[in-house]
Amino acid sequence: MSTLAVTARPDRLPAAALLADTVVIARRNLTHTRRTPQTAVAAVTSPVLFLILMRLVFAGAIHVPGMTYTDYLVPAMLIQNVVFGGLQSATGLALDVNAGLIDRFRSLPTPVLAPLTGRSLSDLALQLLAAALAITAGVAVGFRFHAGALSCLLAAGLLILVSLSMFWLFAALGISTRNPETIQSTTPVFFLFLFVSNAFIPVATLPRWLQGFAANQPVSVFNNALRALTQGPGAAPALGHDTTYLVAAAVAWCAGIAVVFAMITLRLYKRI
Amino acid sequence: MLAAEPIIDIAGVRKSFGRTTALDGLSMQVAEGKVSALLGANGAGKTTLVRILATLLRPDAGRVTVAGIDVVRRPVAVRHVIGLAGQHAAVDQTLTGRENLIMVARLYRLPAAQARQRSAEVLERLSLTEAADRPVRTYSGGMRRRLDVGASLVGQPRVLLLDEPSAGLDPAARLELWSFLRGLVAQGATLLLTTQQLEEADHLADAVTIIDHGALVTEGTPEQLKAGLGYETIEVALADPARLPQAARVLEPLAERSPQTDGPAARISFRARRAAGALPAAVRLLDGAGIAVEDVTARRPSLDDVFISVLGRASAGTADARPA
Repeated sequence: MSTLAVTARPDRLPAAALLADTVVIARRNLTHTRRTPQTAVAAVTSPVLFLILMRLVFAGAIHVPGMTYTDYLVPAMLIQNVVFGGLQSATGLALDVNAGLIDRFRSLPTPVLAPLTGRSLSDLALQLLAAALAITAGVAVGFRFHAGALSCLLAAGLLILVSLSMFWLFAALGISTRNPETIQSTTPVFFLFLFVSNAFIPVATLPRWLQGFAANQPVSVFNNALRALTQGPGAAPALGHDTTYLVAAAVAWCAGIAVVFAMITLRLYKRI
Repeated sequence: MLAAEPIIDIAGVRKSFGRTTALDGLSMQVAEGKVSALLGANGAGKTTLVRILATLLRPDAGRVTVAGIDVVRRPVAVRHVIGLAGQHAAVDQTLTGRENLIMVARLYRLPAAQARQRSAEVLERLSLTEAADRPVRTYSGGMRRRLDVGASLVGQPRVLLLDEPSAGLDPAARLELWSFLRGLVAQGATLLLTTQQLEEADHLADAVTIIDHGALVTEGTPEQLKAGLGYETIEVALADPARLPQAARVLEPLAERSPQTDGPAARISFRARRAAGALPAAVRLLDGAGIAVEDVTARRPSLDDVFISVLGRASAGTADARPA
């Protein structure tokens, strides 16, 4: 052991090392999830349950001009799913910090970011699975894509971008709290963003003083961008803006959230 | 033999957390191919030092090199030559032993095929081949710790940093871990381990460094440290407890401090100033005074005694150096 050569192999491309080790960590996380599936199953199926419940309860009561309630609701369920999935990310990271696994990773010659990007990738995979289930359930209760194939692909791309950006917020939460129970106790904040939004009802039905916040906070902006991309130009009157504007606003929120919280996360991460 | 370069060289390292000073200008060296133990009470700075060596923390001042590589300037290069385990680096309980090792090997930047092969070899060395494909959750405490401590061997590190490797193990698992660690050293590994258990240091270490309040108190081989104390503890059991006070007076000239008496057990113990001849002298003195002796034993100082003695002196020294 002492006489063996030092295995210092400078990678030709640091990006290649990051990509390879991101996959190693993501696979580990997914294996972990597969073997302890209780929380993941709940997280992955909750958008389906939520969707069916909301549609049953509200579809008759809420009228969205120019759209069916199901078409209005399903894109919002996909964004809600990013938030619920993100809380799982935060919990997973907190547990890894507590267990000492993050220390192990940081003492290995893997790229510094790999444990974080690996977590982001594995959680994205779970969220996309949940999204696929939610869309399938949505189609069963009347959801339809009314936009072209390209626009729907862009919707998928935007959903991925939202997940990857929001990851940094949840990573910061997980690393700073290091405690699943503390993370649990922050859920009311996320419920505030999910419910004081356009997710279930048009913002115009909210009290006036809430409308400014409800219409412009990121969850609403993401919801509307996904609605525009999946429902096509026909939805513009109901959403109040055209697709380009809504998507640009959503991408701007993603960039802002990613930059701010990636910086915070990296600071916290280096001080674990 | 040439004077070997130390594998770990620590010079004047300082680290504070807010107003708490964890390391206060610590300097020490670790020789390659040996087991070095870092001893200290809780909060002495042991874990901080290990975390600096493992590139998890940056020192505020001073210079630290591992295998000649500066931990602050080239942390990634250092990570190629170290393996961290123990209190602060864990394995994934839901993965199998083999999956854990392959993951660690991949993160040492080994290609997939080599990672698999190296993991199989290390499982063999850890005597975990049979349990290799079971989730770690099903392992005994000793097996899990062995995997934990041995996981970084897949990267063939030159130094293993072990932070309290036997913390939380039952005595049987601890003995098993010790024999495993001795096996590693026989194969040429360099270990730096922190411990609060003096017995562990005595058992494993070629060199012991005692630190307190983030500074070096003393260092040497366990034998040197014990011999440095220059006393032994003599324990005498009397036939008649009533004669204890008299016996204490009789033995006083031999004792470094006043002898301790234990009435119900009719025992008296004291530290003899000189190691040689104290035991026969004690018997002669008691005999001369007509006190019947049931049993006499002499105990050489343990590392515990060293620890208590140097830490006592160290804190007194600090008080002298910095009058209020």
